[in-house]
Amino acid sequence: MSDEHQVTRRGFHADLGALQQDLLRMGTLVERTIHDAVKSLCEGDLALAERIRDEDDVVDWMELDIQNHCLTLLALQQPMAKDLRVIGTVLKAVTDLERMADHAVDIAKVVLRIQGEPLIKPLIDIPRMAEISRRMLRQALDAFVKEDVTAAETLSRMDDEVDHLFGQIFRELLVFMMEDPRTIKQATHLIFVGQHLERIADHATNLGEWVIYQVTGERKDLND
Amino acid sequence: MSSTSNQVLGADGLNLWYGTHHVLKGITLGITRHRVTALIGPSGCGKSSFLRCFNRMNELIPESRVEGRIHFNGRDINDPEVDATEVRHRIGMVFQKPNPFPKSIFDNVAFGPRVNGYRGDLGELVETSLRRAALWDEVHDRLGQSALALSGGQQQRLCIARALAVEPEVLLMDEPCSALDPASTAKIEDLIGELKERYSIIIVTHNMQQAARVSDQTAFLLEGEIVEYGRTGGIFTRPEDPRTEDYITGRFG
Repeated sequence: MSDEHQVTRRGFHADLGALQQDLLRMGTLVERTIHDAVKSLCEGDLALAERIRDEDDVVDWMELDIQNHCLTLLALQQPMAKDLRVIGTVLKAVTDLERMADHAVDIAKVVLRIQGEPLIKPLIDIPRMAEISRRMLRQALDAFVKEDVTAAETLSRMDDEVDHLFGQIFRELLVFMMEDPRTIKQATHLIFVGQHLERIADHATNLGEWVIYQVTGERKDLND
Repeated sequence: MSSTSNQVLGADGLNLWYGTHHVLKGITLGITRHRVTALIGPSGCGKSSFLRCFNRMNELIPESRVEGRIHFNGRDINDPEVDATEVRHRIGMVFQKPNPFPKSIFDNVAFGPRVNGYRGDLGELVETSLRRAALWDEVHDRLGQSALALSGGQQQRLCIARALAVEPEVLLMDEPCSALDPASTAKIEDLIGELKERYSIIIVTHNMQQAARVSDQTAFLLEGEIVEYGRTGGIFTRPEDPRTEDYITGRFG
């Protein structure tokens, strides 16, 4: 390209950068919420669970704020090509992030329902599921920043691990319930927790799909 | 071959020089029938010069020289046996600034057919042309008035009606909306969508949103070469060449 062609639209591209930063900030908050929700379950920390429930609004505001920013940029800048895909990705990704936070809040609500009663078994697979799901979110956000398609694609395999663990948890808790019906209430709650984590991992995989779209313009199904 | 018959116009190894300045460098590109094709690119990239090749308008520029072929329905329009005037009837042109003749609305539209010795019902032809240009309803009761009394947007639609009156197959539009306000622009854009049912349209525009809105195919030109040519939806969401990406996202201009 010859020298007379100047770089233009600096303000708009700075705005796009800010938008991506906002998404990362929201993602980091969601990541912490997931971590804290499972921590409150494992440690029976009711105060922490209450705080998670009460602070959900923050994530909702962030979602609205980022969506508004996206719509304003679409209206005022009429973005094309990669710029358009970045905004499309952010617009979809905030919904996934908000849903992930909702699932984390639901886990906190389970903790509040169990109300500190002793756990029917030491939790092993649930923290493992949570750890993988949280890592998936971190990896999806990293892939978003680095535009790393390979990292985004690996999420599919991690999601399989989470699904597998959930199946394991489900079967194990079923055995508990059959052996002792008094465990049914808590075991059902724990199955819900597993289900929430499984959904969180699915949303992280969706984020990976959007990263791939942003970089390549192609829609790929990683949830297969 | 269906792919060929689907092509109304095409450039094949087209080179154009103005004096020593090499304006178009070996362009090969097919224009699909009944589609709107947009030519985009920065100023000086050769898009208007390319447009003018399609109806031999560059011949009017001294020291211009063309190499390669422009075929229209399979025939080379630069063939010495082909009459340039006939080419310009079949391939009409609308310019950036509306340029009505200082005559009545009726006479503007009737001008071309009269010159050609049209033998049919001239009134009917004028009405049909004005209707196709979406101007009839606004001017039908004042056809005898001067065309210069019309608004800019109406004048541009009059120029389109004037081009349609000689029954062309192709319409070349060189920045047809750049001198118009947003409402008139929207009318012309709607009109382009209707006209492609009957005509094939090539439009040069600096306004990328306009190219995205009105065209089916888009070609991006840079320094006299076609960088990328494809479906408009693809070019504006997923361009393949980084230079197209940089241009349409405004990273250079």
